[in-house]
Amino acid sequence: MNHISYINIVYIVSCVLFATGLKFLGSPETARRGNQLSALGMLLAVLATLSAHEIISFQWILIGGIIGSGLGAFVATRAAMTQMPEMVALLHGFGGLASVFVDWSAYYNEFVHFDIMRIPAGNHAVMIPAIYLSILIGGITFTGSLVAWGKLSERLPGKPMLFTGQREINMAAMAAVLLLAIPFFMHPANNLVFLAILALSLILGVLVVIPIGGADMPVVISVLNSYSGLVACTTGFVINNVLLIVVGALVGANGIILSYIMCKAMNRSLNNVLFGAFAPAKKKSTATAKGEVKPITPQDAFLILEAARSVVITPGYGLAVAQAQHAVRELGELLEKNGADVKYAIHPVAGRMPGHMNVLLAEANVPYDQLVEMEHVNPLMDTVDVAIVIGANDTVNPAAIHDKSSPVYGMPIVETFKAKTVFVIKRSMASGFAGIENELFYYDNTRMIFGDAKDVVQKLVAEFKSK
Amino acid sequence: MENHIVPFVYLLYVLALSVFLGFALISRVPPLLHTPLMSEANAISGITIVGALIAAGSMDANSPLTIFLGVTSVAMATFNVVGGYMVTERMLKMFKSKASHAPEQKKG
Repeated sequence: MNHISYINIVYIVSCVLFATGLKFLGSPETARRGNQLSALGMLLAVLATLSAHEIISFQWILIGGIIGSGLGAFVATRAAMTQMPEMVALLHGFGGLASVFVDWSAYYNEFVHFDIMRIPAGNHAVMIPAIYLSILIGGITFTGSLVAWGKLSERLPGKPMLFTGQREINMAAMAAVLLLAIPFFMHPANNLVFLAILALSLILGVLVVIPIGGADMPVVISVLNSYSGLVACTTGFVINNVLLIVVGALVGANGIILSYIMCKAMNRSLNNVLFGAFAPAKKKSTATAKGEVKPITPQDAFLILEAARSVVITPGYGLAVAQAQHAVRELGELLEKNGADVKYAIHPVAGRMPGHMNVLLAEANVPYDQLVEMEHVNPLMDTVDVAIVIGANDTVNPAAIHDKSSPVYGMPIVETFKAKTVFVIKRSMASGFAGIENELFYYDNTRMIFGDAKDVVQKLVAEFKSK
Repeated sequence: MENHIVPFVYLLYVLALSVFLGFALISRVPPLLHTPLMSEANAISGITIVGALIAAGSMDANSPLTIFLGVTSVAMATFNVVGGYMVTERMLKMFKSKASHAPEQKKG
């Protein structure tokens, strides 16, 4: 066997380890071991590649490796759990650009840089379209992720950014990049065409993400995740590497599944999320909620909570904003000590990325057995004494079930309104992301506790302690 | 790798089966772990490092442009690998069951 076969055998072991890592993520008990196995797979792949005969110098590898691992370790240990969506967006962006640069260097050496005699790296009929796709998808992934990162970290405004003629400009840029495929396929050695494709892809990445609002970021992140997989895949075709294709496909599938889950949880199509800002605004529901709002003080709320035998806490992004997760965990523990059964009902799109709420609550030491998915908690909601809604709004709006004129109609919700009593902790009566009134606030069994989420929860905790 | 070109059709075979494998594995991951799943996906998408190492370490890295492309792609891919795995590990450490919590609460 020659050396290349040995390298490929190691690559197969890496693939198996990556797949095992993902399989072990199927349960929180095995997840950590999965992550470690996956990291071992990566280490093996890197070592095998370094042993390849093509690699003749290590100085540039060392420089790049030191910078990358230093920055990676720094960001990974510093990022707060509330910042996880930003961190993931940044990782998507860098992954996309790394692939683009690998493709660029393969392209340059194969088609532009004639002066060295070298053996062709691959079949040109495969390489040229693969390079084109990689640059296109990778460029969009890079700048799109940077815009998403800006929006999530509030360096850019979270609202959709719209301007006149935006739709036309987007279409024109898309058309231009598609048309450029023709000269590129015919004369791949034309460096200018290559650079034009790269530039347009980078511009497209910005254009497609700026019209999408902050609340839709879970979908955007998932889509960019699948792009970052796709670009690894096409890069595999460019440099003729099976390992990249396998991993790219795994990551691509991950992004597609998560995008689908997020869209389903908002009852919207992917098309509507990505291009919805251009559609004429839906007519808002004219039905004004009936009844009156019944505010309650934390002291009175405590008396009801003290008697409760089962409590479901429904968090939303507001919980993360108020940094109330630790206070909430304390309240949950006191309720349990008091003999109540406590669960946290997690809506799939609560937070800014898939699973965001779970991570925040796990960080605050809430045992994961108490974090329950929406579908599992809804059938039990009739038997719940108190449902506490903290920083959530649209994900608990009963209009989604029965009001066909409502923009949230059809979206699955955490059915807190079925509980015997609902507490809603909220700063004011302002509406949620969908910009609609929430009729839950006017229900007979709803009591509003006005104030900052953290303040209110801390007051409830204090009541329990002074009991 | 030089003069060892895998035919396109075989690459497509691998792609088709991997997509299938990806769907089968990932649809079993509970929503509880979707954030670590995504950061783990980030980490493994750093597999581009394999291409980056060749770009930075082979005789192809011989002009300012190719050296720049090589070094930056290695740096960014390592960022993904190291950052992705470390942050996933950090998150997964936080997920504890009630049973594993019990001894901790006693001291509190």
